[in-house]
Formats: sequence, structure tokens, C-alpha cells
Amino acid sequence: MGMKLKALLKSPWVFHLSTGSCNNCDIEVLDCLTPRFDIERFGMLLAGSIKHADVLLITGSCNRQSTERLKRLYDQVPKPCVVIAIGECSLSRGVFIHSYNCPVPLDHIVPVDVYIPGCPPKPEAIIAGVVKLIQKIEKGNGKR
Amino acid sequence: MPKTVVPIGPYHPLQEEPEFFTLTVDGETVVDADVRLGYNHRGIEKLSERKTFDQGVFVVERICGICSTSHPFAYVQAVEDVFPMEVPERAKYIRTIIGEGERIHSHLLWLGLAGHFLGYNTVYMWAWKLREEILDAMEILSGNRNNYAMFKPGGVRRDIKAEDIPVAVKKIDSIVPTLEMLKKAVVDDPVLHCRTKGVGILTKEDAISYCAVGPIARASGVARDVRKNCPYAAYDRVEWNMIVTENGDVFDKAVIRVLETFESIKIMKSCLLNLPGGEIDAKITSVPVGEGIGHAEAPRGEVFHYVRSDGTNRPARHKVRAPTFMNLPTFKATVVGATLSDATIILAAIDPCYCCTERLAVRDKKGKKLYSGAELLRLSQEKTRMMREETAVK
Amino acid sequence: MTRDEALKSIQERFPNDMIEFFDKSPKRVFIEIKPEAIVPVARHIFRDLGARFNIASGVDTRTHIEILYHFTMEDINLLITVRVKLNQDNPEIDSLAPSFHGANWIEREIHELLGVNFKGHPDLRRLLLPEQWPQGVYPLRRDYEEWDKAAVRNRGV
Repeated sequence: MGMKLKALLKSPWVFHLSTGSCNNCDIEVLDCLTPRFDIERFGMLLAGSIKHADVLLITGSCNRQSTERLKRLYDQVPKPCVVIAIGECSLSRGVFIHSYNCPVPLDHIVPVDVYIPGCPPKPEAIIAGVVKLIQKIEKGNGKR
Repeated sequence: MPKTVVPIGPYHPLQEEPEFFTLTVDGETVVDADVRLGYNHRGIEKLSERKTFDQGVFVVERICGICSTSHPFAYVQAVEDVFPMEVPERAKYIRTIIGEGERIHSHLLWLGLAGHFLGYNTVYMWAWKLREEILDAMEILSGNRNNYAMFKPGGVRRDIKAEDIPVAVKKIDSIVPTLEMLKKAVVDDPVLHCRTKGVGILTKEDAISYCAVGPIARASGVARDVRKNCPYAAYDRVEWNMIVTENGDVFDKAVIRVLETFESIKIMKSCLLNLPGGEIDAKITSVPVGEGIGHAEAPRGEVFHYVRSDGTNRPARHKVRAPTFMNLPTFKATVVGATLSDATIILAAIDPCYCCTERLAVRDKKGKKLYSGAELLRLSQEKTRMMREETAVK
Repeated sequence: MTRDEALKSIQERFPNDMIEFFDKSPKRVFIEIKPEAIVPVARHIFRDLGARFNIASGVDTRTHIEILYHFTMEDINLLITVRVKLNQDNPEIDSLAPSFHGANWIEREIHELLGVNFKGHPDLRRLLLPEQWPQGVYPLRRDYEEWDKAAVRNRGV
């Protein structure tokens, strides 16, 4: 399982989903694909379908309606799969912690491997987080 | 012919926010459209009641990432309207600078996405690369690329240093040549004309009946812009034009946004170079009992905030209305009668603020999937490619 | 049409329905009317005065439920707010959705968040709240309490 994950992370296909966010983190994720940061040179591509995803990038404060979809999508992802939580909202719901429509934080719903804080985190921070994850898994310290 | 139901949403690789549109199609033509919201509802109005007036600015900033300045702009004006009071001149100019910087980056973002939906991926990459320059300018002026946290009831939180102004102006000037090139790519391209002219027309009567705001209304000949109709901050101290067109189709909506970007550059530069001195904060210590209304022109239209104060340090009621709330119902009026391959671009032309909109998917009545969101996008890009080939052959 | 002409036309056409007229500032006017008169007053402001409907705000105060309808007359930079007061036990009022499309969604939102019934609305279903949200629980009411036992409200540190 560890070797498969290492192989997948040589050129990770990233699936991005938002569970009720202001969209700032999502745009910073898309910014990583644009010419200034250009993560495609590392082999990272935005996957069109969840079945092709190696890495799940999740943003948003886990709103009730999105949570159902999230659980269903997480079941469809072929394992092993790495989950990265981006932005304050997916860490702990950020400013929306007392919202009536955001009951639980993301890591109570799906297991999270990497947390990237920031509101929104700069593209440099997102790339740094993903690189740290890849290094961790290559050293064999990653879960699963 | 039996009707098929085409659901659009909720997750699309390129659209950032989840929403659910259901299109009913008869063959290739759309005959009905319905929207299901709720994937982004975070209960901000209730949350605002437990925050103080000063903390509320940080909550409203996070309603929408792309118009993250417009909501604080309207909110602080609503709080100031309770008195009512005026803020210092320098604060008004700084507010205008930040507001227009946001408009430039939001329109460039839209241009990139529209280019992608139509199959012009070069436009997408160029527009977003250009956007980085304006985000750099905003970082020099305010300290952050997106959530600027510059607004507070009574003025602005931080000042702009004199040595930063020439650097920022230089950055803003550097985007003008590329923007001219992108404008020609949009306005003069014959395939784009075929693809977007006459598509998704919103009539003037519908624009008035749906109470549409922003570029959607201006494209249909309704001259609505909060900055001109109800001037606030420094908008009545700068020379600029409101762009209004008559046809109400996707092409007009694109042209308006491109031309507005040039106007915004004009306003931002003028405010930066003519920034008056003085205080930046009126230093409010408490808000009296009363009601206040504030509105501002976001890149997508009018943002409206209503605040009721009962004399304590928290609002008794805070009502937030984003422009897409009024514009999204116009999707039904514009997409009915259009073909399926145009549905994506008609939705994109409304520029749904992704905090309240969703994506598209297509399925038939039995639930069998006809097209996914990615495939609908591909349909749209295919149509452009075919048109390009036809015009080349001619 | 000037500001005075516009305000006088409202006062002269609906003298019996007007409860309070508060001229707050040159750009803001607050008018309170009887709930039964909302449709003719709103139609007059929208059609005859050419105003744009901004939005409606629902407020739960300690004694009653208020709905404020905000209209902007763009040519003269005037914002007219029409206020109606409804009783808390069974708040209901005629819908404005048949008069202009702009009122459709906001009435659905006020219905699900505050529990106001809009008579004559063509399609009063849920707009923002999820399907599993219990019926009869209105989040924007003052007496709303957390009903979800599984909700986590601390950051876990």
C-alpha cells in the first residue's frame, strides 16, 4: 500500500471540492495552475472525475447539504487517497464555528492527512503543503 | 417528443462552488430551468448577531472570496448610515482604491473562466497571469492578495504609505497593454461573435421585472450602477463612464466587463495619484439606536446590507443581500429556448458569485446520466472549435 | 419626478393605510403601512414611481415580526423602506411574487428562516436550508436553539 501511494504521488492527480466555502481558497488552488505558479510542471493535474483522483483537496466549512455529497464522493474515491484540507474553514470552520448550518469540522467526517492554514493560504503555502506531504510519504512516515 | 430533465451540478472540476441546476430539455433545446441552492448556506446573518460591529466586518469579508471587499464596503456604510455620518476624505479615497482593485481582479478572473468555457484556453491563462499583477499591487497597498481587512465602521483600518503609491501605479499601468490585447481578442474575434452574439438574451422588461443588477442589467440597456445613481466614497470626485449596451446577450456582458476594467484602472490610478491627506478614521465608539442601509457596487452588481442597532455593541439584525441573489433567477429567462451547448456560457455570463451558485450536469428522466459537467463544458468548447473550422474553410 | 412629488404621491394615494412616515435623511425614508395594503403600495412604488426592488428584510423583534421592503428610486438617489408588522403566532401576508419576479426568492427565504406565510406565492418551497432540517424550526427567530446534538462548537484544543 505504501509503495502504491509513493508511485501515485510521482504525478498526483488532484480533485478539488468545496463543501461550502467563500471560494477564496478555491481560487487560490486554481491559481496554482496558472503560469506564475504552474504546478503542472510537477505533474500535478486537476482531475476531471473523482475516480481519477489521487489527492483530494477540500475547502469549505462543511455545510450540512454539502456534507452528504462529501461522504458519498469520499466513498467513490479509489483508495489509497490523500486528503488535504485547505484554508481555515476546513480546519475548524474558521469564523463559521457557531453557524447553525455548519455542525462539525472536516476531520470529523473524513480522515485528513494534511492541513494547510490560511484565509486564504497563498499559492506558495499550498504548494509547500503538498510538497511536504510528498516528502513525508516518500520517507515512509505517512499513514496508510 | 418526451422531455428530459438535465441536472447540472453539484461538483464540476472547474467551478469552485457547488450548486444544482436542473434543465428540462426537449431534444437539444432547453424548455425549463430550476435552481437548488443551499450548498453554501452558512447562516451569516445569524452569526452577525453575536459579533460586535467591528468583528462583523471580518465575517462579512468571508461571505464571498471574489467580492470580498464589496460586502465590508456596504456593511460599514450601513453602520455609518445609522447615525448618519460621513467618514474622512482620505478614508473615502482609500476605500475607492481597494474597491476598484477588487473589481479589476474579479473581471479578469471572469474573463479567464469565460475563455475556458468557450474553449479559448490561452485567454484563460493570460487573463489569470495578468490578474497576478493586480493582486501584487493590492498586496503592496493593503498587505494581502485577497482578504484585505481594510474597512472598519468610521473609516479604514490601515493607511497607504506614500512610497508604495508609485510602485502600485507602475504595476497597474503594466497590465494595460496586455488588457488591450485581450480586449481585441474578445471584441474583434469573429468566432466569438458567432458564439456569443444573440445567445442568452435578457430583455429590458425581464431585467426590470427580475430586478437584475450589475453588468447583467447594464447589458440589457438598464442604466443601473450604484456608483453613479447613489454615489458613495470617492466615486463622485473622479471622472469615469458607466458602460451600458442594448442587446442583453452574452457578447454584451463580456464587452461590458472588459470595458469596465479599463474604467476601474482609470479610477484607481486617479485616486492613488490624488490621495488627500488627513485622518483615516472617524473613531466611532458606539452606534446609536436606529436602522441603517448601505449599498455598494460589487463586480457583479449591487450589494445591499441592512443593519438595525439597539444601542448595544452588536447588531440586532443584519440583513445581507448579494447581487447574485437577484441575478440568478434571470438564468431561467435567458436559458429557456437556448441549446444545451450554450447553457454553460449563458450561466457563466451571469458571473455567478460562487458563494451562491452551482454547477451543471445533465441526466434524463429515468436518472440515466447523459452528460456530466465536464462533458457539458466539452460540448461548449466543441461548438467553438467547429465554428472556427467553418469560418477558416470559408 | 422629484423627491417631494414621489413621497407626496404615496401619502396621497394611501392615506388610510399609512401608520408612520419617517423622513430620516435626504436619501432614506421609512414608511410603515398596514399589512393588508402591501400589494397596492408596492405596485405603486415599483410601477408608477419606477423604483427598483432591492430586497426584503425579515426581523423578529420581542413583540412582533417585521418585514421591511426596500425600494430604490435611482434617478433621485432615494431609498424608500416600507415596513409592515405582523403578529408572532401566525405571521402571514400577501405575496409580491405575482407582481414582479424579483420578490420570488426572498419570500421563499423569509418563509423558511422566519416562518412567515406568503399568501399567493406560486412556489413556496425551501431555498437555502437542507432537506434534513426539521420543519417548524426557524433559525432567525430569537427563540431558536441548537437542536443538533451532534454539533461540535469548540475547536478541540
